[in-house]
Formats: sequence, structure tokens, C-alpha cells
Amino acid sequence: MRLRLSAEDAAFQQDMRTFFTTQVPQETRDVIAHGKPLTRELIVETMQILNKAGLAVPHWPIEWGGRGWTTLQRHIWHEEMDLAGVPTPLAFNASMVGPVIAQFGSHEQKQRFLPATANLDIWWCQGFSEPDAGSDLASLRTTAVRDGNEWVVNGQKTWTTLGQWADWIFCLVRTDPDAPKKQQGISFLLFDLTSPGVTVRPIKLIDGGYEVNEVFFENVRVPADQLVGEENRGWDYAKFLLGNERVGVAPVGATKLRLRTARERALEPMADGSTLLADPLLAARFAELENELAALELTALRVAADSSDGRPDPASSILKLRGTQLQQDVTELLVDIAGHDSLATGAGEDSDVPSWAQRSVPTYLNYRKASIYGGSNEIQRTIIASSILGL
Amino acid sequence: MEFTFDTEQIALRDAVRGLLRSRDDVPADQGFDPAMWTKLAAMGVLGLPFSEDVGGMGAGPIEVMIVAQELGRVLAPEPYVDSVVLAGGLIAAAGSDEQHATLLAALAEGESQPILAHAEPRTRWGTDAYGVVATSTTDGWTIDGTKEPVLYGDSATVLLVSALVGEQTKLFVVDPDEPGVTRTAYATHDGRRVARITFTKAAATPLGDAPADSSVLKDAFAQATIALCAEALGAMEVALDTTVGYLKTRKQFGVPLSKFQALTHRAADMYVSLELARSVVQYGAMCLAEGVEDPLVASRVKLQVSRSARHIGQEAIQLHGGIGMTDEYTIGHYTNRLTAMEHSLGDATFHRARLAQGLDQREIVDLLG
Ligand SMILES: Cc1cc2nc3c(=O)[nH]c(=O)nc-3n(C[C@H](O)[C@H](O)[C@H](O)COP(=O)(O)OP(=O)(O)OC[C@H]3O[C@@H](n4cnc5c(N)ncnc54)[C@H](O)[C@@H]3O)c2cc1C
Repeated sequence: MRLRLSAEDAAFQQDMRTFFTTQVPQETRDVIAHGKPLTRELIVETMQILNKAGLAVPHWPIEWGGRGWTTLQRHIWHEEMDLAGVPTPLAFNASMVGPVIAQFGSHEQKQRFLPATANLDIWWCQGFSEPDAGSDLASLRTTAVRDGNEWVVNGQKTWTTLGQWADWIFCLVRTDPDAPKKQQGISFLLFDLTSPGVTVRPIKLIDGGYEVNEVFFENVRVPADQLVGEENRGWDYAKFLLGNERVGVAPVGATKLRLRTARERALEPMADGSTLLADPLLAARFAELENELAALELTALRVAADSSDGRPDPASSILKLRGTQLQQDVTELLVDIAGHDSLATGAGEDSDVPSWAQRSVPTYLNYRKASIYGGSNEIQRTIIASSILGL
Repeated sequence: MEFTFDTEQIALRDAVRGLLRSRDDVPADQGFDPAMWTKLAAMGVLGLPFSEDVGGMGAGPIEVMIVAQELGRVLAPEPYVDSVVLAGGLIAAAGSDEQHATLLAALAEGESQPILAHAEPRTRWGTDAYGVVATSTTDGWTIDGTKEPVLYGDSATVLLVSALVGEQTKLFVVDPDEPGVTRTAYATHDGRRVARITFTKAAATPLGDAPADSSVLKDAFAQATIALCAEALGAMEVALDTTVGYLKTRKQFGVPLSKFQALTHRAADMYVSLELARSVVQYGAMCLAEGVEDPLVASRVKLQVSRSARHIGQEAIQLHGGIGMTDEYTIGHYTNRLTAMEHSLGDATFHRARLAQGLDQREIVDLLG
């Protein structure tokens, strides 16, 4: 048992901090710190800065840009990035399709896709969910039928995050409708969203923003060499994709950054000169959240420090469950700090209502998504109950 | 003791419910439907709480609660609580005879829409003004300063403005179409309209014969808070109904979601929250009707309703999954509106602090005492 970082890891942490706070422009980091919406350009630009320095995909195999770091080092990398307000590498590329191609793809696929994926020259989106296949993902119905050297795709995906900014999609498709188990007839297919027959339709969310889409496929022809790994093994790859990450599962750094900003907001003087933090009831809420976040951070560190073999860890479910709860709690706290100023949503820059208060409710509503996507919190509880507790 | 409605009250509820079914599109630049406002006036709903001699119906807080609850069920964007209960209530409580005769009658007929301009940026809820000042001149009163966010402030035809006279906050009546009043309107997160109103030497007349003291706000806030909570109750009822309906119809893993006890228990907890809210809302309305003088009643009601609203709003989205996040589907709008209601007329933090204050001086509440 030892709490302190080793000298080597402490130096590593310092290097990361220096890099993120000096090499990623302040204006970019302010966008995150102030909770403003990110643009496609900023995300691409940042990922390219990181990639150039070998910091975009450190968890990939070394020959494709990985760094061979320990899990703890990766944890430190991720935390420092979040705390500095750096837009993190696009998850669809860095944590999802990249690792799958690196692990299961052909050599040609690796050469063709991995460098472009690490550098965000290709923006990927995730085509898993369908209207009737959400938590029950394996019941997906989008089909791919072999026709000569091509797959012909028909069906619909939904909730496709940032599909409007994406170049390519990685998709789960049913290639064997007669497989004895529905998990067995699924393949993992990559294709260009500009292919004829693909239609992307935006879905407006309750915060008024557009970040998810419906994606329709009508006889989309996909070259056969864009199927990853073996036919009908797509479910295994999807499970690998969803379960292989144990770093950054709980957005501790990002939540801590928000809590820090919330504290600063609560210290800004009110019209009568007082500060909200002088209210012991509010201060108590801060203290509780701070402590809950500390407990979560320690749990994330424990998971990171104890895992050297890279196996999926059911403890990831704790991190997802608790991580999203605290992420949501902080957005809730900000709404409450804003008080009735939170009604001034569209006030704009001429107003004395601060812009963070104007954005507080849309942000709060938007983050209700966090406990739904990526395996809802109910599904995480089921995993904890079954894989950890054996219930 | 009786927690049920009489036949007239049930008839009122059914009539309002029926009327609200016949809604046209809400013009986005107004945030509510003027045609519906006129229909509500014709039904007598806008004059409900005012005495008959000023054109009202002489009904009481129970009837107001019934109407507000129906409005909440359909997320009606009309300013019933803001204009009728709050601004109208203030005029009724503190206005001069002349103000009663002109303002209340016009309100009841749907021809005038008074709104209280009280909130200022970066303030907590309360009865004080901060940066808005009234000055007595030889030509009468003028007002300077900025009020924001003022819900329905852009469509208001009469503004009641809280302003400092020396150290005291007093209430004034301002015609928003007079020079010196600038209104900038924009949308709230739940799609209603709110305004920033800047007064520059704007002509004002006192509310009442001499400008009423802000202490009259306390009772008006209490009445409006309880009505707002009734509106929230209506919204929570439908949010729960919708969620229960969804659990029965949405299938995953080959069965309706209602087969998962993890989810049905959550719905059961939402029901508990809903019924607790219903109890306190009815309690609040009965206290108003019976003239119970405990100044903390509204805070008790609002604290519980805020808790229930947050719980039900969050769970309603969660139990719907992704569809609950969309603008296209109704449930997210319920959560959105409930969030707005939580932060109107004092949020849970404010009301809890009020209840906590002086706890060393009073006994634990005795509701029947
Ligand atoms: C903002 C947002 C972005 C998203 N981005 C993407 C994306 O980029 N790509 C993609 O493929 N998908 C994406 N998703 C989809 C997401 O993964 C699904 O929403 C999620 O899997 C839940 O599915 P569902 O919405 O169909 O809800 P349902 O599965 O219908 O669930 C409804 C409710 O029932 C619960 N539930 C379901 N089954 C059980 C059970 N067995 N036991 C207990 N409770 C259960 C759920 O937890 C939830 O509370 C996104 C979703 C959102 C909201």
C-alpha cells in the first residue's frame, strides 16, 4: 500500500500537465472550462496536436501509435487532459473503432485506417443502436447481405452521435439471420457515410441542440474488405469495444473541473454583495460532492493501479455508474447556484445574467443522457449484480 | 377534514380540461396562445379569485389550484399563475379602488395582462429590490434600473415593479408602452418568453394610494407559490402516467420494460413522490382557503414539490431511455418545465433555508394545531 506516485509517475504527471497547459491553446481549453459547445474544427485540431506528440492514442499497440504505458500512467494522462480542459480524443476513433481494428482487423485495414483514425483525418461515428435495439443491442435488425464482392446494407441506426460531422461509420449489422443465437449472426462493418443510399437525419434534443442522428441505409454497397475480423463475430468485437476501456470511464477530471468552476461561480458576488458560498447549506452540498468525487477518484485510481493484464474489469461498471451520477450532480448544482437566473436561457451577452447561468439548464438537461448511453445505469447495475456479486 | 372536491369543483376541472384540449399552435414570438387566453377569460377562469364587484368570480384558492393543475397537465404556456394569481393577487391585495376597478376587471376579461417585474440578475429570491430605484419628482414617480428575468414580461400590458425608495422596497405600476421602458424578450429553456426590462426615468404610479410596501409581496408570493405547485403537480401526474404507459409498451429483450422490477419499483417511487406532492399542494390550498396564518406554509409546499418535481422529472427521462432526451417526444418537455417551475418563486434552497431559520424558536410543525 502506498498512496504517493512513484518518482517516475510523478515526473510523468508533470510532463503531461506541462504539455496540456502549454501546447493546447488557452482559447480551446476555455471552451471546455466555460462549458461552451465544441466545434468540429476544435476537436480535430486538438486531436491532431495530441497525435503529433504521441498523446492521442497511447493505449493502442505501439506500432500504431501506442506508448506502452501502464494503466496508471494512462489514467494520469486522461485526468490531466480533463483537468486542463483539453477536448479529449474523439472516443469513437480513439477508444472504440481504433482498438477494434488494431486487435481484430486485417493488416490492410490497419494500414488503411489506423493512422487516419489516430489523426482524426477520418471522423468515425458509432452505428450500434437501433429504434428497437437499445439496451437489447443484440436484437438489432439492420442487415448486410453478401452480393459478389460487396455487402448490401439495409436498415436503420439511431442516436448516432455527431453523425452529421462524421466521415465514416462503424456498424453492427446482421449477416446471419438464421444463427441459433441472435448474438452470433452479427458482423462489424466499416463504411463511408457518403456512400449512395445513406441518409443522415438530425434528432433535436431537449436542450435544443443537435448532436444525435438517425441514419438510414437503403441498398448501401460496402466492399467486402471493409468487414472487420471474421464474419458473424461482430458481437465479440462490440463487447471488446464496450468493455476494454477502464481509463476515463468515470469522467473524474471533467467533473472536478466543473466543480472547481462551480465553486468560483458561487464565490462571485451577488447583487447585494454577498456570496452564495457563504450559505452553509450550499457550502455543505459542495463539501458532499467534493467528497463523493474524491471517493470515486480513489476508486478509479485503485482500478487503474491494480490492473496490469488489460482484462475487462467489472469494476468499470462502478466507474460508469457513479461517474455519470456525479457528472449529473454537478450540472444540477450549477442550476441551483444560478437560481432564477437559470430562466434567462436566451438572454445573450447584453445581459447581467452571467452566460454560465444562461446555459445551466440546457447543460443539466443534456447530461441526463450520461446515465442512458454507453450501457445505461440500470444495465451497469445488472452487470455489477451478475458479474461481481454472482446474483 | 375532507380531501375531495365537490361537484362544482369537479365540473370546473372538467370544463378547463375540455377547453385546454382545443389548443391551436402557440405562436413562438408570444410564447403562449392569445386565443386560449381569451377562451379562459370567457370561461371565467381569469377572474376566478377576484371578488364579483370587480368582475371576478369570487372563488377561492381551491378553485385556483384546480385550474392550475389542469394547466400543468398539458404544460399550458399561458401566464395564469404569473398574471392572474401573482400580479392579480397583488393588485387585489394592495391596489387602490380605482386600480381594482380598472386593472382587475380588464384582467378578468382577458384584455389586460399585468405582470410583476421583480427578479433581478444575481439575486436570490426574496422581497427586496436591489438595482431598481424609484424617485419622487414634481411630476410624480419615475423608475430606473433593470429587471430580469421577467417571465411574460414582453407580453405584459401592465407592469408591477418593485423598486427601492430609500432603503425600502415599494411597488409601482408602470405602463410598458410609455417612453423609458425597453423590453428585450427571449426564450426560456422551456420555450416560454422572458424579458429583460430596462427602465430609464420611466413614469410610474404607486400600487395603492401610496406605494405599497414590499411586505404585500409575501402573501402574494405564498398564493402564487401554491398555485405554481399545483401546476407542477399536474405536470408530474402526466409525467408519471406517460412513463407508466411507456414501461408497458416499450419492449426490450423480448418483453415489455414493465417486466423489469428494477424499473417498476422506480415507477412506484415516483408515485410516492407524486402523492406527497399532491398532499402538500392540497394542504397549501386549504391553508389559504381557511386563512391559516403560518407564513411557512408556502415554503413547506414548495420544498416538497421541488423535491418531487426533480425526482419525477429525472426518473421520467431515465426510464424512457434515449427517447426521453428528444424534443420530439413529450416527456423531456415535462422535465424541462418542472425544472423551470422549481426555480420560479424561490427554489428548494431558498425555501429550505426559510424553514430552517428560527427552528430553535419553534416546535416541529403541528398541522392540525
Ligand atoms: C445522447 C445520446 C447519444 C447516444 N449516442 C449513441 C451513439 O453514438 N451510437 C449508438 O449506437 N448509440 C448511441 N446512443 C444510444 C444508447 O446507447 C441507448 O440509448 C441506450 O443503449 C439505451 O437504449 P434505449 O434508448 O433504446 O432505451 P431502452 O433500452 O428502451 O431502455 C429504457 C429504460 O429501460 C431500462 N432497461 C432496459 N432494459 C433493462 C433491463 N433488462 N433491466 C433493467 N432496466 C432496463 C434502461 O436502463 C432505460 O432506463 C446514444 C443515446 C443518447 C441518449
